[in-house]
Amino acid sequence: MSAVGTLLRVETRVWLRDPAGVFFALVFPALILVALGLLIPSFGEPIDDPALPWDSAPAVTAWVPTVLGLAVATISLTTMPVQFATFREKGVLRRLATTPMPPRRLIGVHLVINVVALVVAGAAAVVGAVTILGVPFAVDPATVLLCFVLATTAMFSLGLLVAAWAERATAASGLGMLLYFPSLLFSGVWVPLPVMPDWMQEVSKYTPVGAAAQGMLAGWFGDAFPLTQVLVMAAWTAVLFPLGVRLFRWT
Amino acid sequence: MAHHEAPGGAPVVVDVAHLRKSYPVQGAAPRTAVADVSFQVRRGEIFGILGPNGAGKTTTVECLAGLRPADGGTVRVLGHDPQADPGSIREHVGVQLQEAALHDNITVAEALDVFASFYADPADPAELLDLLDLTAHRTQRFRKLSGGQKQRLSIALALVGKPQVAILDELTTGLDPSARRATWDLIERVRASGVTILLVTHFMDEAERLCDRLVVIDGGIVVAEGTPAELTDGLGGGRAVRLRFAGDDARRVAFRLLTELAERDDDVAGVTLAPAAAGGVAGAHGGEIEVTGTRKVLFAVVRELAAADVVPDDVRTVQRSLEDVFVQVTGRRYRADETEDQEVAA
Repeated sequence: MSAVGTLLRVETRVWLRDPAGVFFALVFPALILVALGLLIPSFGEPIDDPALPWDSAPAVTAWVPTVLGLAVATISLTTMPVQFATFREKGVLRRLATTPMPPRRLIGVHLVINVVALVVAGAAAVVGAVTILGVPFAVDPATVLLCFVLATTAMFSLGLLVAAWAERATAASGLGMLLYFPSLLFSGVWVPLPVMPDWMQEVSKYTPVGAAAQGMLAGWFGDAFPLTQVLVMAAWTAVLFPLGVRLFRWT
Repeated sequence: MAHHEAPGGAPVVVDVAHLRKSYPVQGAAPRTAVADVSFQVRRGEIFGILGPNGAGKTTTVECLAGLRPADGGTVRVLGHDPQADPGSIREHVGVQLQEAALHDNITVAEALDVFASFYADPADPAELLDLLDLTAHRTQRFRKLSGGQKQRLSIALALVGKPQVAILDELTTGLDPSARRATWDLIERVRASGVTILLVTHFMDEAERLCDRLVVIDGGIVVAEGTPAELTDGLGGGRAVRLRFAGDDARRVAFRLLTELAERDDDVAGVTLAPAAAGGVAGAHGGEIEVTGTRKVLFAVVRELAAADVVPDDVRTVQRSLEDVFVQVTGRRYRADETEDQEVAA
């Protein structure tokens, strides 16, 4: 097995040994979606809108894109920056620098692990919503997928920047949280997108997770292609990724 | 500084010449960590870099391992220039850094497997676990290991690539005395397997016990270089004799005789009253007399006391240590650091 393959295999095993990390990255989005979908009565009531492509859909349908945004934000702002800052703090990156394996490969391997975790978390949330809550599947899955991918690139870039900026793991955790909660707000975790005031929707459109949730909502309900939101996420990626890579410190 | 040609014809595997490195300090002049360090390491040696904390040891090895850019001087490791091309030596130089650097949740066997996969021709991890007495802990997670076990794993990781040169930085710091001795035995076994070892340490006893040759670094420069025996033998007038007497009267007489002797005999430099040596019967005989001088000081002392029929209970020649060398070349006492207590305990 190649060195990167071995690294990926062992790092995945080690990643899975952190119960809190695994819970928040993999289980939390699906759990909060299904639990609130079942517990909040108004989430179960059908949406009264004749323009909908479905005969009837529970109101929680409009919250699914928000939870997908939450899944992206959770991994990219809470799991990943802390991991990377810990690697630096504990000297893992420095230790690797003495071997033929460049430390950037470890970062690459962890980006892969986190992307896979995100796909699993997103899929679990969607499957849970469709099977347990009776949410109809997206009308335009391609647009939803595109927005999910762009949200991932934008938010992982932001997470990389957090890891680059933070001196220590605790600082990475703190800064991550500072960005995490506004992200959740604008993605509609507390105030669902359809009932957000106009000014808030407008602000939300220009945040990476907000744009993601709005774009995925449009795709789910088969609305017009969310061009602005897609461009916003692409722009965030284009700015944050090179910055994160440039500013990342190995020691 | 001119290179000393090491005895023996083994080829030079590490060649450091006039290495220089300073670190920027905000709002102040740069701090010089390494001012001028030169040395050569030959294949199969255990070569020591000895000095107090902050002397520039770690910066020196970081520069020679290509982990840190130097400001000046040249470095050659196995014929490569690690400053220009750090990747050129990775395959053949194993490095054990001062601090353990692994995930808390990785197991011993996993860490070794991963590191083995980095190298083209790795050692057998199972054999290495055996050599380092870690087989019983192979499924243990890193954070559950004791200090000594972590250190042994760290050494295993430095050796798993079958390196020609292994750099070991402060490898016994924080270990208890028995773990230190076990680690020393291990290092000798590793050298016996053909690995050249560059040992960075602030422990005098460790350097004296393990190193074939060493440099003593202080304030970023090499202040002494040679084998431990050469260094201790090279002390000017560096011989001392300690005498113990049965009673205070005999000691007083001997002290007077020897003090007079020191004035007329060039082989005798000084006479001092020293507290009783550890292990002696404390309090019973007050103290010992220490006489320093040339290599002939023992003869002079014995001749003088024999002529006056003053018979000491015990005569010992004092072993000179690297510590005395350090005092002589720097003019101050050697203070290793906060772990010194442990060193004394060992």
